[in-house]
Amino acid sequence: MLKKLSLAAVAALTLSGGAAVAAGGAGHVDDVAFSFEGPFGTFDQNQLQRGLKVYTQVCSSCHGMKYVPLRTLSDEGGPHLPVDQVRAYAENFEVFDEDLGDYRPAKPTDHFPESMDPNAPDLSLMAKARAGFHGPYGTGLSQLFRGMGGPEYITALLTGYTGEDKMEAGTLFYENTAFPGGWISMAPPLYGEDVDFDDGAPNDMQSEAEDVAAFMMWAAEPKMMARQHAGFVGVLFLSVLTVLLYLTNKRLWAPIKGKKSV
Amino acid sequence: MSGIPHDHYEPKSGGAKWLHRRLPIASLLYDTVTIPTPKNLNWMWIWGIVLTFCLALQIVTGIVLAMHYTPHVDMAFASIEHIMRNVNGGHMLRYLHMNGASLFFFAVYLHIFRGLYYGSYKAPREVTWIIGMLIYLLMMGTAFMGYVLPWGQMSFWGATVITGLFGAIPFIGEPIQTWLLGGPAVGNATLNRFFSLHYLLPFVIAALVAIHIWAFHTTGNNNPTGVEVRRDSKAVAEKDTVPFWPYFVIKDLFALGLILAVFFAIVGFMPNYLGHPDNYIEADPLVTPAHIVPEWYFLPFYAILRAFTSDVWVVMFTSWITGGIIDAKFFGVLAMFGAIAVMFVAPWLDTSGVRSGRYRPMFKWWFALLVIDFIVLMWAGAMPAEPPYSTISLIGSAYWFAYFLVILPLLGVIEKPNSAPATIEDDFESHYGKASGTPAE
Repeated sequence: MLKKLSLAAVAALTLSGGAAVAAGGAGHVDDVAFSFEGPFGTFDQNQLQRGLKVYTQVCSSCHGMKYVPLRTLSDEGGPHLPVDQVRAYAENFEVFDEDLGDYRPAKPTDHFPESMDPNAPDLSLMAKARAGFHGPYGTGLSQLFRGMGGPEYITALLTGYTGEDKMEAGTLFYENTAFPGGWISMAPPLYGEDVDFDDGAPNDMQSEAEDVAAFMMWAAEPKMMARQHAGFVGVLFLSVLTVLLYLTNKRLWAPIKGKKSV
Repeated sequence: MSGIPHDHYEPKSGGAKWLHRRLPIASLLYDTVTIPTPKNLNWMWIWGIVLTFCLALQIVTGIVLAMHYTPHVDMAFASIEHIMRNVNGGHMLRYLHMNGASLFFFAVYLHIFRGLYYGSYKAPREVTWIIGMLIYLLMMGTAFMGYVLPWGQMSFWGATVITGLFGAIPFIGEPIQTWLLGGPAVGNATLNRFFSLHYLLPFVIAALVAIHIWAFHTTGNNNPTGVEVRRDSKAVAEKDTVPFWPYFVIKDLFALGLILAVFFAIVGFMPNYLGHPDNYIEADPLVTPAHIVPEWYFLPFYAILRAFTSDVWVVMFTSWITGGIIDAKFFGVLAMFGAIAVMFVAPWLDTSGVRSGRYRPMFKWWFALLVIDFIVLMWAGAMPAEPPYSTISLIGSAYWFAYFLVILPLLGVIEKPNSAPATIEDDFESHYGKASGTPAE
């Protein structure tokens, strides 16, 4: 009986864990098959570079990413830009240097700047901070089985504008099908064909949204590939060890249990 | 060590004899790892090793994390991102530590329910049980304070809600709350003391674990039959037991390997699944999250805390009889701590002479209901505090108390237990047949 109950406890743990994550409110979010999903998924380097372009030309006019060091843009497994290109990219930003007492062009060792608009949230961790909009019924099952989370929510938010707006307490709100509550103060940032991609990839609104969502996932979790690799190696070695321990245990107990030695 | 008769350590070499006369540490280790252990222990007896491993994992990863963490309200959140991005292997250390807490509580709940089902808390193991409960309480405190350290939204607001509970104590509540927080609200002083205590308490837990092990090594392990090991002589005791090393060490390590394989899959592939996304937003005292939800392992007790609202008749009656000193908020706090307190006194609430639930036909069903109740409360704790969840929490809380305060004492009187096997040897042989050989070395 205790065995059955412990199985039930495992099931309950997965369910309630998801439920705890899911308390966030309901908007409509569609699944997107991102390349980094699943235990063997990897970031698509070209997509991250496209997403960086969308971020630079659209998002960064209001938002910042203060936790992300610019040098990580050249990291393998990430956007993997050449070092000199990162240096050139960094110079587009101005940072305050306390030693100089003045502003200077950013270096790769600096971080992305903070948000320009104080009302615009920092985007460094947005893809993880918004992982919670998933159901069904707050169970978190769509996250468990289909990998739905922050990037899906960001894609849905960027493409979820209906075109309706309203004034409330001096602020203009835009109707959005993904945003909890349905009304968001961020103006529609993407219309399609906002950015031209060097690799000739499609630049319709959905593609741009997916690219920048993928980029934000990388920004939030730059060590995802290393983590999955470590997890895979861990599972593999522990599985082998477990099999060996199982056989050892079986042989060790055989005489006690009155069975012939294996 | 008194208890089950067994071989004792004999120093052989000159050096060993020299040391043994001065410090019998080898003897202590020998007696600890070769303790005669009932040979019929089932797979629910593996959680002790898993828990010991968890404590070691949390201490080792935690010490390294503390080398890179900054306990200051302006820098804590950024220092976690520093660990995640710049520290070599830092992301793995943090995810191991974060999910290690979940594994720790998962194992401790199965360990506690094992004890409740097989009557491990009953005489003569009450002290083991109480030390265990103290460890569980300290674990909750340590985990709660650890969750505050990343200084995310859920850290801050969780700390605000939970320390606010102390403010509900009549008359002295608010001074206590201010004293705990080091100020009028959760702030830098709170973060610093939580960091200090989060580092200290695991070592207190480690000391209590040693006493926990000492206690049950004195009484001997319980086992699925609840029948005691025969102690007439060493030869008789050996019919019921095998030495802990190697038999249970290898068995437990096999189980630990399997559990860790699953654990590594979670850490590697879905490390944030059990956490709350809001904790990736830096703490902001001006923005309250829509739902403040504790970590999953606190949910059952959080449900009990919230279940007793001012429209429940028990609460209204208590409030009336105490002249309003015990209001709904304080009642909830008392209920939450009471739910843990009733577990402490379980050894004296259970009146049945039969130890193991295996031979108690009525107890079995009430116990199963308790496990279901715990799971339902966990789910209700994650839901918003509104109907129907509030009603479900109330029923769940009522059953939790009824189980310990009414059902356990009554069952011992009205239940007619089945007969347990006379000896552990009989139980073992009914599973595996008569042993043919001698223990392998």
